[in-house]
Amino acid sequence: MSETTYLVAFIAVAATATFATRIIPFLFFERHTEHPLVKHLGRYLPAAVMALLATVYLQRSGDWTATAPGLDAILAGVLVVIIHLWRRNALLSIAAGTGAYMLIRQTGVLNTGLFG
Amino acid sequence: MNSLVFRLTLPILFGYLPLGMAFGVLFTTQLDYAWWAAPLMGVVIYAGAGQILAVSLLAANAGLLEVFIAMFVLNARHLFYGLSLLGQFRGAGWRKLYLIFGLTDETYSLLTSRPRSQDTTHELDVDFRITAFNQVYWVIGCVLGALLGRNVAFDSTGIEFALVALFIVLTIEQLKALGDAFPVWAGAAAAGIAMLLLPPAHQLIGAIAIVTAVLLLQYRNLRANHQAEGNNHV
Repeated sequence: MSETTYLVAFIAVAATATFATRIIPFLFFERHTEHPLVKHLGRYLPAAVMALLATVYLQRSGDWTATAPGLDAILAGVLVVIIHLWRRNALLSIAAGTGAYMLIRQTGVLNTGLFG
Repeated sequence: MNSLVFRLTLPILFGYLPLGMAFGVLFTTQLDYAWWAAPLMGVVIYAGAGQILAVSLLAANAGLLEVFIAMFVLNARHLFYGLSLLGQFRGAGWRKLYLIFGLTDETYSLLTSRPRSQDTTHELDVDFRITAFNQVYWVIGCVLGALLGRNVAFDSTGIEFALVALFIVLTIEQLKALGDAFPVWAGAAAAGIAMLLLPPAHQLIGAIAIVTAVLLLQYRNLRANHQAEGNNHV
């Protein structure tokens, strides 16, 4: 298989797998939308999944071998929460948190600034 | 209507441009394929975490069956998104297939948390445009990142935190819309358990399985209480 053929096949397979996860509920559960269980999941699942994604990705952005383990991600995350509760402006909250995290990561301030 | 949609999707623009760019930079700096394959993936796959995983699979020359399983499992959370939108997408006609195709984490959370009027046709049109706008942002991010990764050396270390910040903001918004903190704590706890017990590749699906089980138990308890109350009245 040539490089280009592999890339095309790869993209086709990846696209099919992703689309399958999105369309399966519509193919197999279409008749059960009024079922109280489907309504229950529809009501509570979004918040649960967002919290779950936030937790997993927050943990993954942390440097857990640092002097203060995970503090880089936790500080930036707390900043996002505080700024969002204060102004409730999504753009501002995301920019502030990302900026703070990039600053911490690129300057290494948590490892050298406080203790060095 | 487009200016309303633009305002609604502005936070997604801010999340997707840097993340799409991060993917594009990763793609062109780690792989030898043509740069335009990065935006092509944004057009036909359209999944943030999935595409970033795809870069490492491509680098490893992974077999196609492995690619299918890895992408399906990573994106399996989308199975649950559709469930809560079955009713909402009914009657979308030709738009429906694209609404389903474009159901990313961020689009899902926008579609489920925005206020809706009684005019279903109009609201489905807004849903459709939200989905399309978001994908355009994503593809633009992929293009910019791919070109950037090829041509410029700059320190983008840490830019991927935009995704984390976005999920935190969306969690707060969901919490405010719902007025019930239980699912948020359940989601965070499920993530914690999955991260303790599972390797990184299976943590997302594991956490989703746990939190779904918790919500099913909660459903059963609510039903039981409901029936008990009903019996007392008799």
